[in-house]
Amino acid sequence: MANLTPALEVERQRILKIAKEAGLDFFETIFELISYDQINQFAAYGGFPVRYPHWKFGMEYEHLSKSYEYGLSKIYEMVINTDPCYAYLMEGNSMMDQKLVMAHVYGHCDFFKNNVWFGKTNRKMMDAMANHATRIRRYMDRYGYDVVESFIDRCLSLENLIDRYSVYYEPNRSKQSEVAPAEKDFLLRYDREYMRDYINPPSFVAEQKKKMHEMASKRMKFPIEPERDILRFLMAYAPLDDWQQDILSIIRDEAYYYSPQGMTKTMNEGWASYWHTTLMTQKIMNDSEVIDYADHHSGTMAMNPQSYNPYKVGIELFRDIEERWNKGQFGRDWENCDDVNERKHWDKKTNIGHEKIFEVRKIYNDVTFMDEFLTEDFCVKNRFFVYKFNKRTNQFEVDTRDFRAIKAKLLFQMTNFGQPIIRIENGNFENRGELLLSHLWEGIDMQPDFMTETMKNLYAVWTRPVNLLTVLDNERILCRFDGKEWTQNKLGGEQNSEPASGEEKK
Amino acid sequence: MSIKEDHNRFRDIIKGRIKEDLRKYVSQGEMIGKREKDFVKIPLPQIDIPNFRYGPKQQGGVGQGEGKPGDAMGEPQPGQGQAGDQPGDHLLEVELSIDELAEILGEKLALPRIQPKGMKQIETTKNRYSGLAPVGPQGLRHFRSSYKKALQRSISSKTYNPKNPIIVPIKEDFRYRTVKTVKKPMTKAVVIYMMDVSGSMGDEQKEIVRMESFWINAWLKKHYKGLETRFIIHDAAAKEVDEDTFFKTSESGGTLISSAYKLAQQMIEKDYPVHEWNIYPFHFSDGDNWSGEDTRLCIRLLREFFNPNCNVFCYGQVESKYGSGQFLKDLQKEFGSDEQIILSQIENKDKILDSIRDFLGKGK
Repeated sequence: MANLTPALEVERQRILKIAKEAGLDFFETIFELISYDQINQFAAYGGFPVRYPHWKFGMEYEHLSKSYEYGLSKIYEMVINTDPCYAYLMEGNSMMDQKLVMAHVYGHCDFFKNNVWFGKTNRKMMDAMANHATRIRRYMDRYGYDVVESFIDRCLSLENLIDRYSVYYEPNRSKQSEVAPAEKDFLLRYDREYMRDYINPPSFVAEQKKKMHEMASKRMKFPIEPERDILRFLMAYAPLDDWQQDILSIIRDEAYYYSPQGMTKTMNEGWASYWHTTLMTQKIMNDSEVIDYADHHSGTMAMNPQSYNPYKVGIELFRDIEERWNKGQFGRDWENCDDVNERKHWDKKTNIGHEKIFEVRKIYNDVTFMDEFLTEDFCVKNRFFVYKFNKRTNQFEVDTRDFRAIKAKLLFQMTNFGQPIIRIENGNFENRGELLLSHLWEGIDMQPDFMTETMKNLYAVWTRPVNLLTVLDNERILCRFDGKEWTQNKLGGEQNSEPASGEEKK
Repeated sequence: MSIKEDHNRFRDIIKGRIKEDLRKYVSQGEMIGKREKDFVKIPLPQIDIPNFRYGPKQQGGVGQGEGKPGDAMGEPQPGQGQAGDQPGDHLLEVELSIDELAEILGEKLALPRIQPKGMKQIETTKNRYSGLAPVGPQGLRHFRSSYKKALQRSISSKTYNPKNPIIVPIKEDFRYRTVKTVKKPMTKAVVIYMMDVSGSMGDEQKEIVRMESFWINAWLKKHYKGLETRFIIHDAAAKEVDEDTFFKTSESGGTLISSAYKLAQQMIEKDYPVHEWNIYPFHFSDGDNWSGEDTRLCIRLLREFFNPNCNVFCYGQVESKYGSGQFLKDLQKEFGSDEQIILSQIENKDKILDSIRDFLGKGK
């Protein structure tokens, strides 16, 4: 399998040893040396050698190849979260690059294995992906390429409608008992008739009756609780053929597989970068490679005003954490200290930075990581700012350097991958089998044209009219697509970030 | 490799789609204005699967670096989406020259019924360094064949020693690259663009005609070397103009289509002997001719002169509020099934590409 040149193999063993000594803990990692075209292909396939047939991989491949050929960007490394881990090195890269990549890869592998958010991923995804490909090819043979591909297009349009956190807890989807609870079930037991009003005073009876009605009306709801795993809901209740249901499940499985990588992008890249630079500069590199290494490393860490570089932010945060915990810059004393000078020279010689960063890489994801460790000092040091679009000048402008605004924006962008949160409120809306979705509006509207198209795809799967509660231009609206017509009704009232629910409509 | 399969699939979709996109391009007025710069920016083809997402302009984001509140910055680049661990963002725009764009446009287009005329008279020549000669300048010395010659000689003269394989070339061994002149027959073609600039043609109609002829012209020039182009504008009278004027003038007045046809006829008779030239007249109008009599004259000209002498005659009619559009109907009645008269109706800007296909699409 591994086809490294003897020289690379020697380096691989050396770096493996160094990484283990540094405390990194990973599954066996297999490196393969492949050409740029192959690496583009694998990257287009999300890191895997085989995927189901679909044009989107072809598109990704074209973009990667073109940007490589135009010299715009190239992929240095790629590693996938499986056990064993597979990582790819590109032929023709210099020895220094290959060493850097190997060190970086071991950082990722350690993260994959130890970060809890990866705990539920399928480590045999290599097989699963190949299996998915076989199944979809079989459906294509049986039902026709175009038919199956169009259905996949639909599913991909709904791909992000999953509940990313549902993997980590058991959502309560237990069905309520079929028999409606009787009135007596809500009242307390009394053995003597004369005790009745003492044990169940009228006010209590009234309260319990209200509770009972609530439960009864809830029982009528479907789903009982609003459902965020819309793909699961569709698999269970939409009128799909077996093959369609299977394809939907494939798309859903893959979406859940990739989900933790999105949830930990900054941490994962930060961690891998932290380790490649630590190991390279301390152990791996020889003197002749310093200049090339510095050039390459700084290229990866480069920031530009218009974009957020997860490598840079991640590595700086890890370094910041390490330093703070080494110097004891945490806890109540630190928080309460207002003396600039004292803070500057604060060093309690706690020296637990190393343990702390290993703990952080284990239990945090990007949202909690940012929430906990992004400090005002850090934002100032890294010159963060918030930008926004100015309609008047028709351009993006720097908005503010206020710490709270920066943090809020970053957290917002990371929550649910910066995608709107949509959930199913009612699968039998107005008792007509229609679907009612609601968008948890948090101050930002959805892009209307995409919203319309997505609802059409949803309609095609659900086969009954689809309704969506959202906010556009500061007005609460109910959009509806019934297969032919698109309608949009204003609901009136102030918008708020509470989800609007079906009952509120008239 | 199965990615090729997916890639071909994508290309196939895009071919339909890039043409969709091109519609927008073709329809954008500034296209011609950018001609001097010779560069247009077109994005890499991309199919965006719709999903629920936030509008990018509303959202804003976090950046790093210099700048005071209120300072402008460039377009934000989308953050990296999923898994991949590639440093750097993909830049999704490439600049294409008009030539390249014309090529994309023309994947399935060709001048219809082009014939190898005039090949005896005119040939193009091209120099190729494909031959070898025993004499020549040192700069063109061909090492491999010189070595081979020397090796042959030394083996045959038994001076070659395998244990000490030194070859000493002498003057006779050297070989030099030489120029061979390749002669290539050339097909001669001339395109004559005629445009109705009368009062009934509104600005929008003229715009459509200009865009369409601009694209046809760009494409033909790219694909047919040495193609000649002539431009005629007409209202009640016709005159020949240069390319720039053709794309810029606005006139007004009545419409006598025959005036343009007569001028084109003179032009052909004078400059383009039909046995040597492939001739392609394109005429664009709103179809509102002055009188039925003039239309009859036009039809006679078409039948008697253009039809036998031109490869095809292309007539494109733009829809206009004022025009009756009668001319097209008359031509249809007259030449409905004639392959040498191609008629096309251009209802709006979006139909320009279809119309170009009507004219230049293969299989016509």
